[in-house]
Amino acid sequence: MTAPLEVPPAEVEATPEAVLTGVRKIEGRSLGQIAWMRLKRDKVAMAGAVVVVLLIIAAILAPVIVSLAGHPPNDFHYKQVDAEKQTPIGAYGGISHDFLFGVEPINGRDLFSRIVYGARISLLIAFLATMLSMVIGTVAGVIAGYFGGWVDAMISRLMDIFLAFPILLFSLALVGAIPDTAFGLSGDALRIALIIFIVGVVNWPYIGRVVRGQTLSLRQRDFVDSAISLGARSPYIIYKEVLPNLVAPILVYTTLLIPTNILFEAALSFLGVGVRPPRASWGGMLNDAAHWYQTDPWFMLPPGLAIFITVLAFNLFGDGLRDALDPRSH
Amino acid sequence: MKRRRIVSAIAVSAAITMVLAGCNSKAKDNGSKSTAKAAFNAAVGKVLNPSDKKGGTLTMANSGDWDSLDPADTYYGFSWNFIRNYGRSLVVFKSAVGTPVLVPDLAETLGVPSDNAKTWTYKLRKGIKYEDGKVVTSKDVKYAVERSLDKTTFPNGPTYFNDFLDLQGYTSPYKDSDPNKLGLKAIETPDDNTIIFHLKKSFSGFDYFAQLPATIPVPRAADTGTKYKEHVISTGPYKFEKNNPGKGFSMVRNASYDPNTDPSSGRKPLVDRIEVSLNVNSDDIDNRLLAKDLDVAIEGTGVGAATQGRVLRDPALKANADSAAIARTWFTAIDSDVAPFDNIHCRKAVLYGFDKTGYQRAYGGAIGGDIASSLMPPLIPGYKKNDLYESGSKPEGDLAKAKDELKQCGKPTGFSTNVSYRIERPKEKATAEALQASLSKIGVKLTIKGFPKGDYAALYAGKPDYAKSHQLGLKVYGWGADWPDGFGFLDQIVDSRVIRATGGNTNFGIKVPAADQLLDKALQTTDKPAREKIWGQIDEVVMTNAAAMPGVWAKGLLYRPPTLTNVFVNDGFGMYDYTVMGKK
Repeated sequence: MTAPLEVPPAEVEATPEAVLTGVRKIEGRSLGQIAWMRLKRDKVAMAGAVVVVLLIIAAILAPVIVSLAGHPPNDFHYKQVDAEKQTPIGAYGGISHDFLFGVEPINGRDLFSRIVYGARISLLIAFLATMLSMVIGTVAGVIAGYFGGWVDAMISRLMDIFLAFPILLFSLALVGAIPDTAFGLSGDALRIALIIFIVGVVNWPYIGRVVRGQTLSLRQRDFVDSAISLGARSPYIIYKEVLPNLVAPILVYTTLLIPTNILFEAALSFLGVGVRPPRASWGGMLNDAAHWYQTDPWFMLPPGLAIFITVLAFNLFGDGLRDALDPRSH
Repeated sequence: MKRRRIVSAIAVSAAITMVLAGCNSKAKDNGSKSTAKAAFNAAVGKVLNPSDKKGGTLTMANSGDWDSLDPADTYYGFSWNFIRNYGRSLVVFKSAVGTPVLVPDLAETLGVPSDNAKTWTYKLRKGIKYEDGKVVTSKDVKYAVERSLDKTTFPNGPTYFNDFLDLQGYTSPYKDSDPNKLGLKAIETPDDNTIIFHLKKSFSGFDYFAQLPATIPVPRAADTGTKYKEHVISTGPYKFEKNNPGKGFSMVRNASYDPNTDPSSGRKPLVDRIEVSLNVNSDDIDNRLLAKDLDVAIEGTGVGAATQGRVLRDPALKANADSAAIARTWFTAIDSDVAPFDNIHCRKAVLYGFDKTGYQRAYGGAIGGDIASSLMPPLIPGYKKNDLYESGSKPEGDLAKAKDELKQCGKPTGFSTNVSYRIERPKEKATAEALQASLSKIGVKLTIKGFPKGDYAALYAGKPDYAKSHQLGLKVYGWGADWPDGFGFLDQIVDSRVIRATGGNTNFGIKVPAADQLLDKALQTTDKPAREKIWGQIDEVVMTNAAAMPGVWAKGLLYRPPTLTNVFVNDGFGMYDYTVMGKK
């Protein structure tokens, strides 16, 4: 997906003569406007963006959607399940107009509702954890890249340590050992907060490294030198000269980190250290479905596809965004 | 299967009624029934594919290791079932359909009591030989019992002989000053064919001891202590060919075994070889059974959940399966130390309120077992039906009565508490979810908490201070006895005096003083029927006090490949009999 560097054809047609006669006028465009134009023309990225937006809307409006097209996510529907075989009655895991994605074996919970509610957990954790990574990574990266010297060495080694961390094992141990109440939170709220914290804290070096590298090269630029020679102090330079130039890479890596974190949350739930049952989460549903892969393989599809589509949509959008903001990256 | 050492003296006789009890009335008088047509449950209460055809290899696999092949050191049900292939004890439970009976094996007759049942005499049959051709003598039986007393060398086996023989300080033949290592005074061997046991106290059920694997003779010359398990000298129809500890072993026919010396036990050695693999993945075992690549899953606990669905879905596979009742109950303990369960009315409220069918569904529906109306499985002698919370009439829960109890408890709108389960067990998770869903209808809000299986009893549900400070009011659990017996089943889950503050308890907070008193009374009651009646009373008093939510009386779904002949479920072991199987 190489975004064209040239300006759109309509603009090309605007010949100098036409401009002079006032038919067309030359518009000044900011970098952001150009990127947005490029992004709009990237159909695949836009499709990803639409899916992402729809998912976010679905997660926010979950109670409304479920009341319209489903059943409460934790309600049992024994009538939908074969009492002896324990698998859903009906084809394709019990799909019907009443149960759009079919039902869960044993207890007949509505898979559609659980997927919609599961989106809340997945997206909440993925977004907040990514924000956390972004904030820590940006701050540490800018400081390391701008000041250099021993500050850079320390922060860089710290990043190496975090990158070498066996993150999954670490979170398994930590989430398993947490008490019921801590930091004024309890139950699922505490678990979600802790997962966000772990995922966020462990992933910051990925953004931190990129930011550090960019800052290093920005520091050598003339406009930074000019600012320094004019007597500007470091905070001013960082805020006014460096950070604005970092927005593009930060935005891109943030978008690409979100799907990673969605998968990570799913992995934690799959291993049984995510949110507590009966609350629905995609990874937890996938874990339940794994026991039924031979007798009710349809159970695996909704959570599996949900994760797949979400991750794919974020990745496509992220790729498109990168191409739009930084065409030279290819 | 849980291993358990029953130290208590009186309990023993009841414990060993083992197989006696193992059967409900259904199997009573169809001892000779047999059938050739494979169908669901065709090997329960009758012999499927009866045959006398010899030859072939029987392949078996076990998902774990054996506790030990040494007759002095084994305490698994499947091991006691299998050991009859390579060892002959003084008496043995007959391999037959229906109510198992004790028959003489090494001995000519059952034990002859004297001195008010404090002395028991057995005469050995003549002509019984070891695999190397040496003649078995009563001194070998004595030596075998002596070494089984040494619990530091052989920690696994039961301790009945330690508890009942008049030991006079004797500990072990390995520390014996007698040159023949036969210094134990409690056993006399006046000649090579006679063995006399002297007990500390009268015990009319001594034949139950004489059937323990510990009376399988061991030649002293071949005894290598803890290493003897690597090559046990056979007296049965098969002997060890190769033994690869931890991996598996193979057995071939024992040429020195003379079927004429074995008229009563019901053994039927049809196959030429038996091959056993150990530490095999349990899913792999199930798949190989279905593929006819394996004959027997030796643990006899039934196929796994995923395979169960597959077997039940396919009529052809289902025809090769049996649903065998086992002495195990899946239940949820109510911790009476966790408020508001200190109030009996709040306990009764959840007992009336929870959905019993939901519990059963969590364990696989009717195939996983029957809805339990009380803790003790009907398989256990002394069981008396008591259904105080309408599991029969209102299996979905009696909401009206539950709400009424809530009012009496002073919590008319309900309350909140936690339910714990073992994370590794999907069925327990499904149980917790079912309880949460059904109890929410009476306003009881449950928060579901999973804990790792390995520390469930040690650190969480079985640790009183943790359970109390974390408000674990309900704890999903299950308990099984090695064999159908009231003491072995009830003692560790309802005796409140066994609760230790340090954790590791299997009694999750069931505190019923009347049950404690009845347990003591049972231990002092020597009359067997009277004692068995007490187990039923304990079960009832536990339910009257609303101390636990009974869930499911378990059944195992056993699978038998169609290539097997002479297959039947031995009611004593709750699994197929391993001494009679042949191959087509």
